Amino acid sequence: MTDDTKINAPRRMSEPPFIRRLLIAVALAFIALFLVVPLASVFAEALRQGLGFYFQTLRDPITVSAIQLTLLAAGISVPLNCIFGVAAAWTIAKFDFPGKNILLTLIDLPFSISPVISGMIYVLIFGAQGWFGPWLMEHNLRIIFAVPGIVLATMFVTFPFVARELIPLMQAQGRTEEEAARVLGANGWQTFWRVTLPNIKWGLLYGVILCNARAMGEFGAVSVVSGHIQGKTNTIPLHVQILYENNNIPGAFAVASLLTLLALITLVLKTWVEYKSDTLRGTAFTPVPIVKKPR
Amino acid sequence: MPLGNNSICMAKKQNSVLPGFRLSLGYTLLYLSLIVLIPLAAVFVKSSELSWTEFSHTVFSPPALAAYRLSFGASFFAAAVNALFGLIVAWVLVRYDFFGKRIVDALVDLPFALPTAVAGITLATLYAPNGWIGGWLAPFGIKVSYTQLGIFVALTFIGLPFIVRTVQPVLADVDSELEEAAASLGANRWQTFCRVIFPLLSPALLTGFALAFARALGEYGSVVFISSNIPMKTQIVPLLIMSELDGFQYAKATALAAVMLVVSFLLLLAINLLQWWGNRYNATELT
Repeated sequence: MTDDTKINAPRRMSEPPFIRRLLIAVALAFIALFLVVPLASVFAEALRQGLGFYFQTLRDPITVSAIQLTLLAAGISVPLNCIFGVAAAWTIAKFDFPGKNILLTLIDLPFSISPVISGMIYVLIFGAQGWFGPWLMEHNLRIIFAVPGIVLATMFVTFPFVARELIPLMQAQGRTEEEAARVLGANGWQTFWRVTLPNIKWGLLYGVILCNARAMGEFGAVSVVSGHIQGKTNTIPLHVQILYENNNIPGAFAVASLLTLLALITLVLKTWVEYKSDTLRGTAFTPVPIVKKPR
Repeated sequence: MPLGNNSICMAKKQNSVLPGFRLSLGYTLLYLSLIVLIPLAAVFVKSSELSWTEFSHTVFSPPALAAYRLSFGASFFAAAVNALFGLIVAWVLVRYDFFGKRIVDALVDLPFALPTAVAGITLATLYAPNGWIGGWLAPFGIKVSYTQLGIFVALTFIGLPFIVRTVQPVLADVDSELEEAAASLGANRWQTFCRVIFPLLSPALLTGFALAFARALGEYGSVVFISSNIPMKTQIVPLLIMSELDGFQYAKATALAAVMLVVSFLLLLAINLLQWWGNRYNATELT
């Protein structure tokens, strides 16, 4: 190798400083325009009428009832999807059976469906003209335009989060530790609580954080089944919409700032969990299909 | 000996020492069916109850055709813009060091973490003629909020993370030896990028594009505020379905939903194939 190539090779391994700076500038400008400016404007708009108005909006009984309903919907759907996620990941990662790839795709389905359709499917089943509509009317039960519909729609849109986080993680961990526990005399539940769960705790937490963010923020699906009854079937995002459409822009942004804070906390927690567990990478929100890499 | 191997596998599967297969599979299938599969099937069952003329009058009506055109067009352009800038963002995050890099990396996921309704009212306000950004554009006669351009802006916002997050891990895995080899064979940086790095990234880039496109097609919350929702002009398909639902036109909404579900399934299939191709491609190219 001549001296010439020795000097040139490293230089060719990277871009000239001018190009580097240009690319960084383009990337930062794009991020600033699409992410930072909107983020800043939420808080600027929310505080436009001053702090007094801001807290007055948040203390309003209708806002409080929207917050309560959102907490209720997330409080039911997140644990249920968590149990499902663990069961699905256990099935898929620890056993071999035909149709596994189809099951993986089906679990991902809710991600690829428009939120409007996600809400609509429950109207088709439980609505007045739906399959169970007449029966529900007879028994004076309400699902659509009531709280159960909101919970169902939230469950649907957050369905895959925990499962799709745990499946690749448990697949990568394999079965040997659980098999060893069994050989050493642990029963099934002991194996799960003492071996599997400690291994997947970060992945589970990660899934829960993302699932919760979506559950609390879901708008389209919930909007279809809610009926928008103020103080009764209004979640935080729906309340934002009502305030905005009533031209109470600072009020809408004050309530929206709560959801924005939730989003920021989610991002911080997510980054922290990624830092604690180096197997998790930031693709969690992105529904990239789970396909096993060929060896 | 493929047959022999197979039968060993079969025997192992049946005698797995781990318990709970039936319970966990049963629970998984039951929950999946109740929450996802049966409700989705309702769309197809309900739309099959329509006569063909009813169905075709709805799904080929002029507002529907205009909505498809706008949905596909705006989603395509939004995904294309994200493909270009997402690639640059991913490149910068993987290859360079700069102040605030970790914050930028975490912020990329904001469009997923931020509820779509918040994104919607924020973008509508920002790009309105009296907004921070809209105010700058208004003197040039550019209107964003309440036009088709506004829909494109909202779809670009929600699709932003897809390309970055699909390209980032693949780019980080690119073996530096490949670039060294290209450089020592006399390729300049641009040639190395075009002929060595870009082909390795292209499956991930395409996957990200397809994911962003699919997400944009179904998007509702961030668009509903920035679009004026005028039929034939600024109404994307989810808004059209919503307005049919608001008018209690369930048959029409169901027919349109069936069309969109078929499109979603086809895209999902394409994304799965792309992902499979990408993994295969990387495995053969890099080892």
